[in-house]
Amino acid sequence: MSPRNRWVVSALVCISLLGLAGQGRAKEAAPLAEDPVVEQRLIVISEEMRCLVCQNESLAGSRAPLAEDLRREIRGQIRAGKTDAQIGDYLVSRYGDYVLYRPPVTPITWVIWFGPFVLLLVGVVFLLRFVRRRQSQAALPPLSDAERQAAQALMTPPNA
Amino acid sequence: MKRFLIPLILVGVLVAFLGIGLTLNPHEVPSPLIGKPAPTFTLPQLHSGEPWTPERMKGKVWLLNVWASWCPSCLHEHPVLVNFARTQNVPVVGLNYKDQAADAKAWLERNGNPYVVSVADLEGRVAIDFGVYGAPETYLIDGDGVIRFKQIGPVTPEVLTEKIMPLVKTLSAKADAASVVSNGVPK
Repeated sequence: MSPRNRWVVSALVCISLLGLAGQGRAKEAAPLAEDPVVEQRLIVISEEMRCLVCQNESLAGSRAPLAEDLRREIRGQIRAGKTDAQIGDYLVSRYGDYVLYRPPVTPITWVIWFGPFVLLLVGVVFLLRFVRRRQSQAALPPLSDAERQAAQALMTPPNA
Repeated sequence: MKRFLIPLILVGVLVAFLGIGLTLNPHEVPSPLIGKPAPTFTLPQLHSGEPWTPERMKGKVWLLNVWASWCPSCLHEHPVLVNFARTQNVPVVGLNYKDQAADAKAWLERNGNPYVVSVADLEGRVAIDFGVYGAPETYLIDGDGVIRFKQIGPVTPEVLTEKIMPLVKTLSAKADAASVVSNGVPK
């Protein structure tokens, strides 16, 4: 391929890629949600909920069919005028506390809620003890004359 | 030696917790519906299209099995259910979950039909009421319509003999005792 031909080919590739990029953008302009207010509340609620199929994804972000169905149900409940708490109860009564990213504070979840603070407290106690010990070591009495002479003798080369 | 003891114990505890965690199945989320009345519903039957409701099963101990022709694990589980329906006197109702009627019927023709009736839940609404999050799932419901047990994933022969059948026996005994009290004569 001659250098000139190569230029023509790469120019054509660039142009066709530009065309593709344009198409991509045109597709992104999906139809707006029917009711932006409902959609906004749907996002706020479903971001707090776990998708049971892909367990590390929220209901808002999951593409699992069940997540789509549950979003449809939540949408319906928002339109029916239910409060966020009622919608949360609707999901919890069916799927358990597991759907909530923020589980309620019950004896079973104490470890999750308070465990980190307990660990922090334990760490602080250990740190304080460590620092105290270092301080008491630093406060050792200065060397006596005899000790100083002994140290000096150790540091002096024997042939000096 | 002594100063290594505490870190060693801590690591041991950590390893024990991680070890237990490895043996758990994160996809088995305990259902809050155990011990609660099963949700009521009315759905068309898969074959006749006539409406069906679980109230018809009142007084019986029965299984509700969520299945679909698109679900590979259901196919895997199916022979176990077919055999169960043939050998045990426990009605199995199928909840055909988000399926096409034609596909579902063909699937039953091909693989055998263990169900006394299958009902079609096209949109998966009833399944949501039952807290279904993946087929297959199976519920054991007693004569009062209370959910007693839920199997997430395929029913295996072990689950049937070790969990479901013992429960069926105690629940049936209770239902019979109740019918003696109410009718004065045993069934």
